[in-house]
Amino acid sequence: MPDNSALYGIIGAFKSPEELVAATRLAKQEGYCHLDAFTPFPVEELNGILELNDNRVFWLGLTGGFFGAGVALAMQVYVNFDYPLNVGGRAQYAWSAFAVVAFELTVLFAALFPALGMLALNGLPKLYHPVFNAPSFGRASSDRFFLCIGAHDPSFDSAKTAEFMRNLKADAVELVPE
Amino acid sequence: MSFASDAARPVLPPDQDLGDVTDQIARIPLHFPTRSRWLIALCLGFALFTLFLVSATVLFVRGVGVWGLNIPVNWAFAIHNYVWWLGIGHAGTLISALLLLMGRDWRNSLNRFAETMTLFAVVCAGLYPVLHLGRPWFLYWMFPYPSTMGVWPQFRSPLEWDIWAVLTYLTVSVIFWYIGLIPDLGAARDRARKRGWQVFFGVTSLGWRGSAIHWMRWRQCYRLIAALAVPLVVSVHSEVSLLFASSQIPGWHSTIFPPYFVLGAAFSGFAMVAIIAIAIRALFNLQNLVTDDHLDVLGKVLLATGFMTAYGYVFEIFDALYSSNVHDLQTLQDRFSGTYAWSYWGAVFFNFIVLQGLWWRSVRRTPWTFFTIATSVVIGMWLERYMILVTSLYRDFLVSSWGLYTASFWDWATYFGTIGVFLVPFLLIIRVFPVISIFETKEVLHEEHKEGSHAG
Repeated sequence: MPDNSALYGIIGAFKSPEELVAATRLAKQEGYCHLDAFTPFPVEELNGILELNDNRVFWLGLTGGFFGAGVALAMQVYVNFDYPLNVGGRAQYAWSAFAVVAFELTVLFAALFPALGMLALNGLPKLYHPVFNAPSFGRASSDRFFLCIGAHDPSFDSAKTAEFMRNLKADAVELVPE
Repeated sequence: MSFASDAARPVLPPDQDLGDVTDQIARIPLHFPTRSRWLIALCLGFALFTLFLVSATVLFVRGVGVWGLNIPVNWAFAIHNYVWWLGIGHAGTLISALLLLMGRDWRNSLNRFAETMTLFAVVCAGLYPVLHLGRPWFLYWMFPYPSTMGVWPQFRSPLEWDIWAVLTYLTVSVIFWYIGLIPDLGAARDRARKRGWQVFFGVTSLGWRGSAIHWMRWRQCYRLIAALAVPLVVSVHSEVSLLFASSQIPGWHSTIFPPYFVLGAAFSGFAMVAIIAIAIRALFNLQNLVTDDHLDVLGKVLLATGFMTAYGYVFEIFDALYSSNVHDLQTLQDRFSGTYAWSYWGAVFFNFIVLQGLWWRSVRRTPWTFFTIATSVVIGMWLERYMILVTSLYRDFLVSSWGLYTASFWDWATYFGTIGVFLVPFLLIIRVFPVISIFETKEVLHEEHKEGSHAG
């Protein structure tokens, strides 16, 4: 096995999401498993091929919603318990009146949890990442669709993998230094 | 013209490729065009902003007596403009979130500045209740903190609900705006050549690299917040209407108020979105991204929300007549022919009569005619909020407590000042951030290319 220690991987640029999807499928069939794709906009087909399945953001949202509702109701019940105020004999624990603040805090935390959770799960903010070393990677946010085969992949061999990538009709094939 | 033919026609001219779009939008902050026009607008904004600072200072030094409000009209310009600004903000969220969930692609050219509009409209709205407090340094009394006085805020009052609703709305709007902006900040970072811009976009994009798993989580997050934002808009403006409807004042105490307010808010906000869309596309020459088709569909939406708002007017009249309540009938009569009848008929004219021009396709697709109608709607909705407040308050149950209201110089100065509070940050944001969503526009363009190649 050649020395891959200084390499993060090999990256290939494709002109369209369809070409990227086809290339990713072939790479998967070839036995590569340390694959990542970088695209200017979400390409849903990749999720199936790369076997990406992560619903934690959704569950965080649900948790946040329950948390917000719980906090809001507990807070309103407590302040009315601690400082009871009789306004024309109206209910001290007026659930219908508590509904508005409960709803607002449900929404607030149901939005805050997944937003912060999404960033945390994605490991962002992270200002340095090896893929940025690839000279043409700047186009990943514009009009090129990148497939990266990681150097840690058991089937990785810098010469063979680069050859494989070129055979996929990649627009540019570049080594990504670590 | 049928909707089917609309759906088949591409929203964006398909003869541009993905790189062109990125360059065109990311160029705006990086190589800013039309500097002089932008600077003139900014100077105007700063002048108004200064006016706001002066008015607020005068208010803080001399008290709310500098405004024209009195007893009985103790809610006037402050709450009137609060409702007006907040309503304008709501359309930004609706256009962005609701149309995202419904898969309406034409939204992608409009959502970014519509959301930006929301942020600063909500800030302007939020300032008003604070100014209206009279002693704004006691704002923190609204929050539940363990006070040495042993009291807590009154959670059974709509006035307390208000602060939670507005602060939640502001926070969620900021999150939604920023999450949607991250991928575009990455695109701007990759286009930046000057060190300063590279650092600025590098830091604000949080190191976004467009990895497949990142996109997957991002999309879940974005759609989830969009799904929350739609009911949030409805709840916030319903809550605002409860400030009125939960009181017993004739003309306010009505169950039509929550939907009436929410629809009116969407109506005025869509008008503001149209105004800003037309202005921005002319300012930055973005006719290929904000096309005449966009104006066309915005015009239709404005016309539709206008009729929904008109339903509120009709039902308000019906409500008063059906109740046979003398006070409600009195208020109705005051609106039609009282001292402030001009605000009622002005609202009807500017909101609904001028609006009828939008039935014509050429009117919707001609920027200046559409701009005129949208401006008319914004004025009309401003008059409507004035009418709801003043015509109800100036004559309530007892003749002994009737009184007139006139806005003072400082009322007007504060109001025009808030336009500066809106304009200055809005202009600065469109100066430094991509003004149209780059990646969502490219998504639409890619779909069009794909369909075009299948058809061909």
